[in-house]
Amino acid sequence: MSMNLEERLKENPELKKQVDELNVFIDEHGTREGSLINVLHRAQEIFGYLPDEILEYVAKKLNVPRSSVYGVVTFYHFFSRVPKGRHTISVCLGTACYVRGGNNVYDKIVKTLGIKAGETTQDGRFSLDLVRCVGACGLAPVVVIDKDTYGRSTPDKVVTLLNKYA
Amino acid sequence: MKSLDELKRIKDQTLKEMDLRQAKERGKIVVAMGTCGIAAGAKDTLMVIIDELSKADVHDVKVVQSGCMGLCDREPTVEVSMKNQPVVVYGDVDEANARRIVREHIQGGKVVTDLVIKRENI
Amino acid sequence: MIRNQLLVCAGGACITSGEKSVKDVLVEELKKNNIEDEVQLIETGCMGACDLGPIVVVYPEGTFYQKVNVKNAPLIVTEHLVKGRTVPDLLYSEPVGEKKAHTSAEIPFYARQVKRVLRNCGAIDPLSIDEYIARDGYFALAKALEMTQEEIIKLLIDSGLRGRGGAGFPTGLKWKAAREAVGSPKYVVCNGDEGDPGAFMDRSVLEGDPHSIIEAMTIAGYAIGAQKGYMYVRAEYPLAIERFDYALSKAREMGFLGDNILNSGFDFDIEIRIGAGAFVCGEETALLRSIEGKRGTPTVKPPFPAQSGLWGQPTLINNVETYANISQIIIKGAEWFRSVGSLKSPGTKVFALAGNVQNTGLVEVPMGTTLRELVFEIGGGIPGGKKFKAAQTGGPSGGVITADYLDMPIDFDTVKEIGTIMGSGGLIVLDETSCMVDVAKFYLGFTVDESCGKCTPCREGTRQMYQMLERICDGKGKDGDIQKLNRLAETIKDTSLCGLGQSAPNPVLSTIRFYKDEYEAHIGEKRCPAHVCKHLLVYSINAEKCVGCTACARQCPAQAIAGEVRKAHVIDQSKCIKCGSCYETCRFGAISKE
Ligand SMILES: Cc1cc2nc3c(=O)[nH]c(=O)nc-3n(C[C@H](O)[C@H](O)[C@H](O)COP(=O)(O)O)c2cc1C
Repeated sequence: MSMNLEERLKENPELKKQVDELNVFIDEHGTREGSLINVLHRAQEIFGYLPDEILEYVAKKLNVPRSSVYGVVTFYHFFSRVPKGRHTISVCLGTACYVRGGNNVYDKIVKTLGIKAGETTQDGRFSLDLVRCVGACGLAPVVVIDKDTYGRSTPDKVVTLLNKYA
Repeated sequence: MKSLDELKRIKDQTLKEMDLRQAKERGKIVVAMGTCGIAAGAKDTLMVIIDELSKADVHDVKVVQSGCMGLCDREPTVEVSMKNQPVVVYGDVDEANARRIVREHIQGGKVVTDLVIKRENI
Repeated sequence: MIRNQLLVCAGGACITSGEKSVKDVLVEELKKNNIEDEVQLIETGCMGACDLGPIVVVYPEGTFYQKVNVKNAPLIVTEHLVKGRTVPDLLYSEPVGEKKAHTSAEIPFYARQVKRVLRNCGAIDPLSIDEYIARDGYFALAKALEMTQEEIIKLLIDSGLRGRGGAGFPTGLKWKAAREAVGSPKYVVCNGDEGDPGAFMDRSVLEGDPHSIIEAMTIAGYAIGAQKGYMYVRAEYPLAIERFDYALSKAREMGFLGDNILNSGFDFDIEIRIGAGAFVCGEETALLRSIEGKRGTPTVKPPFPAQSGLWGQPTLINNVETYANISQIIIKGAEWFRSVGSLKSPGTKVFALAGNVQNTGLVEVPMGTTLRELVFEIGGGIPGGKKFKAAQTGGPSGGVITADYLDMPIDFDTVKEIGTIMGSGGLIVLDETSCMVDVAKFYLGFTVDESCGKCTPCREGTRQMYQMLERICDGKGKDGDIQKLNRLAETIKDTSLCGLGQSAPNPVLSTIRFYKDEYEAHIGEKRCPAHVCKHLLVYSINAEKCVGCTACARQCPAQAIAGEVRKAHVIDQSKCIKCGSCYETCRFGAISKE
């Protein structure tokens, strides 16, 4: 990154809007003790992931060492430092989903999209994640795409499902 | 919210709104809602009964609908079955008669003889 | 004037099964038939019978409609509500027999339950604080505020309530310690991390009855002398977060949170903290670090959170289901609480039935209920005519209960005796198609992923155990592996820093204890009795059934299948990579795996 964030903000109104949005949240909640994780959640909602420059920015705003911010971001699975695809597929491999064949569903997605968990397709359409239990065990195996949860999935059904997401 | 009394008031008020979901043990009123029943005004009958019960603070009697009872020429028909009492079917239950049934039979405990079209043998 | 109420289950599973569109159709139909002013539609929390969803219950009759979809939903309006005719196709009927159940009370899944923790879930509108109050909500708070701290704590101790988060620690004693601890401020925390994969009762309570937790945390705050509470919810539960947050705002509006609650001079408020996907954060010390905004690594106990918790201050931490019991104990007393359950584990327990069982979902039963009742009477047995093998409890920290113990009453202590734990109540039913070595490997893989890495036994030890299991499942097991696994397991249990490591070997130890023969078959005979472990399978073609369509040979990525068209094919075992493609491709059932 050749330019620092402040300079880029002047040139990029889109980015400035996003950072302003984050500032609103920080001003409201950032002063509470231990608010770092909540702020990072909000930042990831806004930017889709957590770019390094934003982590730096958050560290400064909250007056937390950059090392601590980095430590937190890498500790929790939920945070991503690389951009995600337009759609995130989360295949549940909690126990109930596992014993009902969730791994076959996962394998099928891997085969179909050519990516593994933690990766994003080249065209930026899908990111794939494995999760441990989304709490819909009664309908195992479960696949979550963005905010929609699909129960009783099968390798065949999931392929049709993927076609719904452009 | 500053007192227990206020809390109780909300509880009582809301219980009335949730009344339909409570167990109702004392009896059941069935309004026949077949095509002929509806044509004869069974919907209004149903609503009047519910209204009247609520006004009279009666909460232990269930009001439900059923399909056609097969007594088409006397619609709207209403069946009243109170616990430990014979089942009674009333005919020609318009709004005024509906109110009478609630007042005389449900509250007063006396069958409205002139409206009866069928009565279970004891 | 409202003549009917439609309760639509908006629990997680029903939403997944299409509840939102069903609801939209119902609203639309009510309007079309001009009865939207007479019939009220209410979305509730989870009704429990997850595999019957979406569920719609019509009151006052209590008619229980299941598996409703957008096509048949209009019938509920046009038939039931307009013409008064029940819709028989949407009623529940037993898998065998013709009899249809009209109300939930007639369904075996519900009939045997005792709803205390879940009493409001699925019965009230979780967004309505009034409906919560109508069911005696916040009366316990009003009563508690007139009691002394000691009286509340004594009542809890007398009730015998034990923590539902897994360990079963007596709740009253924990409150006592937090009250007696010196230091100010103090904190109240609710553990809503629900990390056990397979458990979802905490989620259901938070979604279906959020005020019960707010009320209990407030009572806890009063009893220990805290003014601030934290609700820690995992990020995977967005709906729970949303409903709880809404409930908080309503409770504040009504003055159940904030300053001078119910004119008692007591101030209390609650803040939500969202997890970020780390199983170890369910462990209490790790959870507290996470609330502090740090990496969620556990710390050595003692000191316990009651002495030194959040920011080093005395902190009371309880599980969601534990809190969900509090208000009723305050109102109805210790005797009432002890009236069901077993002597040392009074009260009820919510189980999440899942896995290979007919009826999945949430069930609440008295402690001491047998596994047989849970799996066969409530759960309806095993689908597909398969045989019951075991139930797994306690998730990655637990073990199995085998068919031999079907009649053992289940409570905190009995399950411990046979090497598993109650855990949070996840109960995964395994049938004969489950390989116990594979199940143990599954759980250990989970722990390896989730170990925070702070202490060596857990970080490295579980990995070593995992690799050994992997070898065993790949057909590379050696004599002595079982002993090695046992020894390493004991070391990890003894030397790990927190409960995660200390309990991580349990799934392995428990399966070795009851299914040693399966381990031996994998190691000695290179055979997986349940036909699960891929590398131990042998695929072969039955020459009599094979029509020579060549489909399998074309599918095989390793060119391991040879044969002429219309003649029986054969698999070259030395080339076969056991991917199973041929097995899936064959339309004539000619390929077998053993
Ligand atoms: C690895 C690990 C994970 C845990 N996960 C949870 C959890 O998800 N939810 C929970 O309530 N307790 C969990 N616990 C137990 C908590 O540490 C703690 O005992 C509990 O929150 C206390 O509440 P209770 O006394 O009401 O059960 C976990 C413990 C360990 C060791």
